[in-house]
Amino acid sequence: MFEKSRLILGTGGANSLAALEEAIVASGTDLVTVALRRVDAAGPGLLPMLDRLGVRVLPNTAGCYTAGDAVKTAHLAREAFETDLIKLEVIGDDRTLLPDGVELLRAAETLVGDGFTVLPYTSDDPILARRLADVGCAAVMPAGSPIGSGLGISNPHHIRLIRQSVDIPVVLDAGIGTASDATLAMELGCDAVLIASAITRADDPAAMAAAMRHAVLGGRLAYTAGRIPRRFHAVASTSDEGLARW
Amino acid sequence: MRLTVNGRSFEAETKLSVLALVETLTEARRGVAVAVNGEVVPRSTWSAVPLAEGDAVEVLTAAQGG
Repeated sequence: MFEKSRLILGTGGANSLAALEEAIVASGTDLVTVALRRVDAAGPGLLPMLDRLGVRVLPNTAGCYTAGDAVKTAHLAREAFETDLIKLEVIGDDRTLLPDGVELLRAAETLVGDGFTVLPYTSDDPILARRLADVGCAAVMPAGSPIGSGLGISNPHHIRLIRQSVDIPVVLDAGIGTASDATLAMELGCDAVLIASAITRADDPAAMAAAMRHAVLGGRLAYTAGRIPRRFHAVASTSDEGLARW
Repeated sequence: MRLTVNGRSFEAETKLSVLALVETLTEARRGVAVAVNGEVVPRSTWSAVPLAEGDAVEVLTAAQGG
């Protein structure tokens, strides 16, 4: 799923299509998520721009609060974009924008049955992640912290537990504020990160997109390279052998 | 014929197919999806599906978000 890039870009929060385009190019992503809205509110231009850049579209169900709404939106997205991919969001309340686990699991099960490739935005609960994997989701996308908060990964231990609990890709979605958060996600073993606000609302979105690109690459390399264990005391890096004596 | 299109009242002088209605709203085809009274209408059937008095139609497309 992530041959070209381990960074999925969200499109919410960008000041203009031009700024979004620059950020997409700088991020190196090949997968961009979009919402579905009424044509009069959405305005033209987004999809032609994504097509021109050659990036894949990952439709999402942003704004849905029930399984029924999310399932319907997913079916409309499949019609619109001719893809089985769906980033499934079923939000619990508008204060936290955290997922409603009960509705999410219900929607995920239905959509898997309808032949979708379901990527659910979920909480950092390892048990719920496993339940989502069990019903056939293609990946799980736990929140590091609430959407748009920029608080980073509030419970790294849970992200690591999720990584160990499921055999499908884990994508850190929501909460990333800056490059080090993205690196940490990758170091914890995530297969990818999904970033929107941290890039689109940065002072210089294209520069932050480039920073995130490098952060993800660095974190992934560090994860696969295998870090040294943390130790309480120092371990000398230089041998005493051959040391001059006086 | 009175319809509700994307939440607004819409007056059509003649009978309309889903395709004819979409053409009044957007030139785009790819990236557009339609639901009539809450049911998805596959694009391949747009020209064959007539709209009826009182139908509630949603015409959706890609927007920044999520």
